[in-house]
Amino acid sequence: MGDHKLKIKQLSIFLENKKGRMRKALDVLADNDINIRAMSIADVSDFGILRLIVPEPDKASKILEENNFLVKIGDVIAVEMSDKPGGLNAILKILDETNINLDYLYAFVDEKEQRAIVLLHPEDVDGGIQALENSGAVLIPPEEVYNW
Amino acid sequence: MFWNEKEECMPPAEKEKLQLERLQEVVKKVYENVPFYRKRLDDAGVKPEDIKTLKDIEKLPLTTKDDLRAAYPYGMFAVSPKKIVELHTSSGTTGKPTVSGYTKNDIEIWSEIMARGLTIFGLSEDDILQNTHGYGLFTGGFGVHYGAQKIGATVIPISTGQSKRQIEILQDFGTNVLIFTPSYGLYLSEIAQEEGVDMDNLKLKSIGFGSEMWTNGMRKEIEKRFGVPAFNIYGLTEIMGPGIALECEEQDGLHIMDDHFYPEIIDSETLQTLPKDEKGELVLTNLTREGMPLLRFRTKDVTALRKTECPCGRTLVKMDRITGRTDDMLKVKGVAVFPSQIEKALLKIDGLEPHYQIIVTRPQHLDELEVQVEASPSLFSDEVKELVGIKKKIEDQIQNEIGIRVNVTLVEPKTLPRSEGKAVRVIDKRKFDD
Repeated sequence: MGDHKLKIKQLSIFLENKKGRMRKALDVLADNDINIRAMSIADVSDFGILRLIVPEPDKASKILEENNFLVKIGDVIAVEMSDKPGGLNAILKILDETNINLDYLYAFVDEKEQRAIVLLHPEDVDGGIQALENSGAVLIPPEEVYNW
Repeated sequence: MFWNEKEECMPPAEKEKLQLERLQEVVKKVYENVPFYRKRLDDAGVKPEDIKTLKDIEKLPLTTKDDLRAAYPYGMFAVSPKKIVELHTSSGTTGKPTVSGYTKNDIEIWSEIMARGLTIFGLSEDDILQNTHGYGLFTGGFGVHYGAQKIGATVIPISTGQSKRQIEILQDFGTNVLIFTPSYGLYLSEIAQEEGVDMDNLKLKSIGFGSEMWTNGMRKEIEKRFGVPAFNIYGLTEIMGPGIALECEEQDGLHIMDDHFYPEIIDSETLQTLPKDEKGELVLTNLTREGMPLLRFRTKDVTALRKTECPCGRTLVKMDRITGRTDDMLKVKGVAVFPSQIEKALLKIDGLEPHYQIIVTRPQHLDELEVQVEASPSLFSDEVKELVGIKKKIEDQIQNEIGIRVNVTLVEPKTLPRSEGKAVRVIDKRKFDD
């Protein structure tokens, strides 16, 4: 099993494809002083899923639910990648070689540490953590992701 | 058990003869006594003498709820006001209420038909009936009351409400037959559960339920919760009240008291009479009523009549459970669609909230049906492919039910209007597009 301590909690929010819905979700977070560390959005024609990394995911989830948003908390993996061509490829190669399917990923730059971080959601999160660790990838623990 | 075996099991030929005699009589009577009908018949070029066979009923004009509204309050009465001994009205939720007037003999007929039904439910003069239908202008309470008293049973006229007291009486008074609307019955069962009532220790033997649309799933739930069989009662205030049709022990369709009410099925758009076993709008004619006999009244209820004989021995014609109202009916791509069908499909999917909205549009001259469904925590997944899969599953279920493809849209929780009385389930945008 992969190291549980390396799982990053991610909020997934159901959004109707309707004007102003994403802004409403972000307004709720802003009004409650919740800073967004990273985000991505997946959209299909009539709905979308907004994925967020925030410092206190449980609290943020509760606040969003109180405002009638549909929220799920799931796990992703944060991996440091070298900020140069081919940096992401090295990581994907590890997953490929261990036959771990990737559902989606998104990336951001950690300005304080001057490093690039990719957030990964493999079908098998535990297997992904194990494979990445075994191959010497640098996994970033939640506290660093939430509070850099 | 029969209340009136002779009438209930009358040979078909004899029944038809009786129906024709009564029809001829009632047409003559309204022609002579109700100015509205005289004008209607004259305009249609029909004279009472033209009714020579039962099929000739199709020559008569239809009567609608709007006609009754225009005749408000007493315009449809066929006797002098002093002969009227009781008045009831429809609820008036969809406009001005309509008035229904009864002579002494009408009350007698009403008691008779309800007595037939309550006898099927097992009520005898030794039994106690608890009537939770409201007493007042609503016909539900009194119809059941009259029928039970005709049998000689003991009636507890408790009416709706005071739910804890209902449960107390159910236990302490030893109620044998309980009457309620399906939704109130389900509520009562919850109260009984909270109060820790042991349903097996009650003297209850059956339930009669009516006044609302119901599904077989609802019936089964009621039967499971109370541990006794539940039978449907159909009726409408304009024609008489509850008791126009009732279920027998077969629990498969309702027997229409067709020695008193003549049923037809019409296409609600073309207004043409349909073969009886085809699904369409139920039209009823009062054959024996004195106070306010109506000819070919459009009930707006959708059903079909059965040709087959019932194993119970009654020759009273059977109709299917009401599956919709023509007011709710949508024609999409030429297919009749009822919100109740879509609801039924949605109920088959676990974790779905029972809130939905149907939107009909006509882009490029082709109808499109969109069903908006609220996403719920148990449906929502972080995976796009799973959400798309759920959407497709709902679309498949609905297609199974109504026969045409729809587009399901998942919307955010609590964004669709909630049912306060009647929820707005259908938004038809086609008329604005044309």
